Amino acid sequence: MLTNYIKIAWKVLLRHPFYTFITLFGISLTLTVLMVLTSFIDHIIGSHYPETNRDRSLYIEKMALRDSSRTSQNTGPMSFKFLTQYAKSLKTPEKVTITSFFRTSNAYAGSQKIKLNTKYTDAAFWEVMNFTFLEGKPYNDQNIRNGELVAVITDDFRRQYFSDLSEPVVGKDIEVESVHYKVIGVVKGSPPTRFFSYADIYFPYTVPKSNYEQDDIMGGYVAVILAKKASDRKAIQDEFQDKIRRIPLPGNRNGFKYAMLEVGCAPYLESVLSIFMEGGPQVKVIFYSVIAFLMLMLMGLPAINLVNVNVSRIMERSSEIGIRKAFGAPIRTLLMQFIVENIFITFIGGSIALLLTLITIYFINNSGWIAYADLTINLNVFLVSIGVCLIFGLLSGVAPALRMSKLSIVEALKS
Amino acid sequence: MITLTNIEKVYRTSTIETLALNNINLHIGQGEFASIMGPSGCGKSTLLNIIGLLDAPSKGGISVGGQPVTSYSDQELARLRNQRLGFIFQSFHLINDLSVLDNVEIPLLYRKQISGTQRRQMAQEALERVGLSNRVKHFPKQLSGGQKQRVAIARAIVGRPEIILADEPTGNLDSVMGNEILSILQGLNTDGATIVMVTHDEAMAKKTHRLIRLFDGTMVGDTTLTLC
Repeated sequence: MLTNYIKIAWKVLLRHPFYTFITLFGISLTLTVLMVLTSFIDHIIGSHYPETNRDRSLYIEKMALRDSSRTSQNTGPMSFKFLTQYAKSLKTPEKVTITSFFRTSNAYAGSQKIKLNTKYTDAAFWEVMNFTFLEGKPYNDQNIRNGELVAVITDDFRRQYFSDLSEPVVGKDIEVESVHYKVIGVVKGSPPTRFFSYADIYFPYTVPKSNYEQDDIMGGYVAVILAKKASDRKAIQDEFQDKIRRIPLPGNRNGFKYAMLEVGCAPYLESVLSIFMEGGPQVKVIFYSVIAFLMLMLMGLPAINLVNVNVSRIMERSSEIGIRKAFGAPIRTLLMQFIVENIFITFIGGSIALLLTLITIYFINNSGWIAYADLTINLNVFLVSIGVCLIFGLLSGVAPALRMSKLSIVEALKS
Repeated sequence: MITLTNIEKVYRTSTIETLALNNINLHIGQGEFASIMGPSGCGKSTLLNIIGLLDAPSKGGISVGGQPVTSYSDQELARLRNQRLGFIFQSFHLINDLSVLDNVEIPLLYRKQISGTQRRQMAQEALERVGLSNRVKHFPKQLSGGQKQRVAIARAIVGRPEIILADEPTGNLDSVMGNEILSILQGLNTDGATIVMVTHDEAMAKKTHRLIRLFDGTMVGDTTLTLC
């Protein structure tokens, strides 16, 4: 029966090439936008280079200190000391890294000023993140303990800073903010959309200006906890919160008396969203709801347009509808037929959209619009795209199919 | 087999009410070959549609095989049409996008117990019966009027229904083709099918067993014919 439906859908497409072109153009354009959007969301929240362990990681990126009446609060990253005491000491994780968010800085290659972003990290950073080393190696605990002025740079910074790219740069000297560092390794850079790994230069936290010795609970550091397996994350969160609960309250920070200390230890998406919005684990629900709403809006308008096109196309086939009903097709079967046909057409549009999406993301990845952009059509994106095609097919197919299935047999045969 | 009791059909618009059928009482027995005749607009096709459960009467009752069907749901009526009735139309109503074989298979698509292979085989047999087994891969547009009507007959008989309803099956054909179609119908009737045919052609009607005459929605004659 399915073959019969698909045969008809194909023939109907061939019957009016211009109509078909308009329909497929609308479908593929809409689906391309949605697929690129899906790919972009996946680029932002998926597990990609060098943060390939996101699915078994937890992030501590923000602390909130509030007074008893909840009228004032201090919010921001934590100090190195705080994270060492409460995160680094956790027993359940495989690894914990403490790293600063990226900070802007300047370097000079000859007379040319290079604006760059730097990050101070511990040695575990290179184990929690999966950077590809193009040259050299990461700094280790020994380099850090010795306070060595070493740096790991990205290939992009190497290209900007060193004029002669034919020679290895490991062992060479770079000057950043009037401090000289020895290049110890070169990595393939991370896109700026991956806050926890992105920088142009990585320094050990013991180098000057890192403020790692700051005697405060807040500061400029965050932590990434790598669990042995994803299912350990709940136990890690419990262990961390247990430690946090033991912090004596109320406290005083530079004259601000706080009665509440909140610090989250959450999976990536929840953690990043909490930077922009309050709401705990619910923020993820809000985020997905907003995305779903946006996608529905993006799909809804072209779908309404397609509904009109489909209604006139289906009504052309009233004789067929009459015949099928006369020979015993139940309304539900006819509804299914027209929905299947519409989904088939949507999937043709989806295949064109997939091709257009590949071209679009190729241009985005090579445009330099997002440094190190690596938008892809991976399995997740592909599955979401299939889902989007199905929803679009249903949205634009159900209404015309319903209208058609209610047509009386005699009327259908007369026309 | 099919009994119509006090059937009335009224078409209503916001301004006008038209009585298409008035107090029709009719019984079609098993194995009959009945024809319905009358001038244009007298309600022949409306009556055939009601007999074929394609349209509902405004008043009155219908029973098929002694079972009243007036209160049947759409789904039950669809099942009944699929199992027991076959239709032939003046304008063939073949689906141009499907091959001859696919067109003939249509009634069987809605019978869950029939597999794809069985479907194909039954459709082939029905086409053989009407002498079109060499045209299975053709499309309706590649056929003559007579061939199209033969495909329509094959579609009507493929599910081996007990009753075949034909609405002016020869109306769009020349006399040679018309006679050919009629002889196929006669053959089906000889094999046991009950046939009700609407026609304008007196000569065709006289080749059936029974002639029902309508005038302005009222049955004005019901004659049993003796075949020469």
